[in-house]
Amino acid sequence: MRLFDLRLIIAFLFGLYGVVLVVIGLGFTTDDDLKKAEGVNINLWAGVAMVVLAAAFAAWATLRPQFADTDKEPLKEL
Amino acid sequence: MPVSVLAEADLRLDAGPIDYALLVIYFVVVLGIGVMARRSVSSSLDFLLSGRSLPAWVTGLAFISANLGALELMGMTANGAQYGMATVHYYWIGAIPAMVFLGLVMMPFYYGSKVRSVPEFMLRRFGKPAHLVNAISFAVAQILIAGINLFALAVIIDALLGWPLPVSIVVAALVVLAYTTLGGLSAAIYNEVLQFFVIVAALAPLTIVGLIKVGGWQGIVEKVTDQEQLSAWPATELTGIDNPVWSVIGLVFGLGFVLSFGYWTTNFAEVQRAMSAKSMSAAKRTPIIGAYPKALIPAIIIIPGIIAAVIVPEMAQLKAGDTSSGVAYNNVLPLLMRDLLPNGILGIAITGLLASFMAGVAANVSSFNTVFTYDLWQDYIKKDRPDEYYLRVGRLATVGACVLAIGTAFIAAALGGSNIMDYIQALFSFFNAPLFATFIVGMFWKRMTPTAGWVGLLAGTFTAMFIYAISEPSFGLKWLELPGQGASFLGAGLAFVVDVVVSVGVSLVTRPKPDSELVGLVYSLTPKKDRSHSTTGEDAGWYRSPALLGGGVLALTTVLYFIFG
Repeated sequence: MRLFDLRLIIAFLFGLYGVVLVVIGLGFTTDDDLKKAEGVNINLWAGVAMVVLAAAFAAWATLRPQFADTDKEPLKEL
Repeated sequence: MPVSVLAEADLRLDAGPIDYALLVIYFVVVLGIGVMARRSVSSSLDFLLSGRSLPAWVTGLAFISANLGALELMGMTANGAQYGMATVHYYWIGAIPAMVFLGLVMMPFYYGSKVRSVPEFMLRRFGKPAHLVNAISFAVAQILIAGINLFALAVIIDALLGWPLPVSIVVAALVVLAYTTLGGLSAAIYNEVLQFFVIVAALAPLTIVGLIKVGGWQGIVEKVTDQEQLSAWPATELTGIDNPVWSVIGLVFGLGFVLSFGYWTTNFAEVQRAMSAKSMSAAKRTPIIGAYPKALIPAIIIIPGIIAAVIVPEMAQLKAGDTSSGVAYNNVLPLLMRDLLPNGILGIAITGLLASFMAGVAANVSSFNTVFTYDLWQDYIKKDRPDEYYLRVGRLATVGACVLAIGTAFIAAALGGSNIMDYIQALFSFFNAPLFATFIVGMFWKRMTPTAGWVGLLAGTFTAMFIYAISEPSFGLKWLELPGQGASFLGAGLAFVVDVVVSVGVSLVTRPKPDSELVGLVYSLTPKKDRSHSTTGEDAGWYRSPALLGGGVLALTTVLYFIFG
């Protein structure tokens, strides 16, 4: 049984979430938003953290592919 | 959990279009995982046990995620607000040792014997009566608990976003149904891993903003009125036992040994994640890898609870004994989200809460369908059919489980909710401690007989029920008065002892199974090589040694106790 690589899904979801939050943080943060979070631009920082997480998973999946050493057979579907 | 109170308090979140968009993205990814996982399902073992092919980091995160349902999330933040630091015991003493024990001591038998479920181990070790007791009680429990999870989810969504109960119940059940019917356990497990990260992404910012608002750890220390709540020991409030020495003994033996070992080592919804790992080494490492985040996650679950009790006005009132605002301790997370998170990150937090509810339901459903298909249908109803037949049964069982869970959720809603949930949870906790006793004696004493298997189990279970009946205040008997968790510790402890004593007694007067049938199931009859894992290929490297990783997490937990205990 060969399953797709979950690390790429995690990278995709958090990459997307991270970019959206960074954009909100930089471009659409009101004073009320800042006041609510004690002056911290939490969207921006959480977004940056998510982008970093996404990059880490993408790097891991690229450097250590899932079936690199164990599977020499071609995919059944192909 | 008194969820019914939720509706009275003002928890409505100011969710905007962007928050909903982030939520929708998550649902699309979740369903996408189901669709993609479907391509790799070609046998019943693929569907019900992921073809035993998953890497340890995936099964390890799924292992704790399956337990990180919303009842746990809401319940433990609530405990944090109500009892303070003592709540860490549920994690550090109430989970870590049991998880390490499962990995190092019990997985060799579960994984090595190639059984496909915990009840199947029961069948091979003790025969049919014990198997039926275990399989049926587990299957019924999973359906009811899935229903409770759905109901609790609907109550929260109603309070937070204003959606009607039936809509949330049905929509959530359909999403879970869609991805588990398509992709089976693989889809459930992949989504659990994803959910783990989303929950962390939801709780970490909440904790950080909360800490800034309260003035850091120093701020907490200054503002918490009851200073005893800043230390974990002796937890007299939590246990309900006034004498500090007995309180600690109750914690260590009741929570740390009987309750937690019973839950973590015999609950198939958990053990199934480890059974789906790709090798013996990965199976042993599964609960141990899960133990690391489990040891650290109180930082973003309990701390927010403690902070909320200080900075959320309604919560501070409640703690001072004023219940007029209508909030309950269970409302900690929604209230913090309301007060601290702006749109955007608010959407992530809502997504995290929903994800956690749905993963709880998916864990119930995906373990139910395995037990139903292999342990009930294949063993007792239709034997010896081709594998495609059981794959189809597995899919249909998933549909049936979701329909029944929706039914349970509506019944719970009609009956008014909160008490029903408490009773059902109590009911199924009766099975855990005796199960653990039976397993552990059966694994290490080959003389234990099949008759002792089911007699011990029933004797232990009735003991737990008896203690519950005479101590639960709402039943009116009140022969035993232990507020807090004391009664459940005592019930579980006695159930364990009674099970062991009865099992030994019955074994001495009944006939054991021949040794040849117990190979791989009992310690003394299993050759060492069958209990060992390979240390080559993807299991190579000192950092993949289960014993080393297990020792590491125990050391980490000890250090955490010294710093924060």
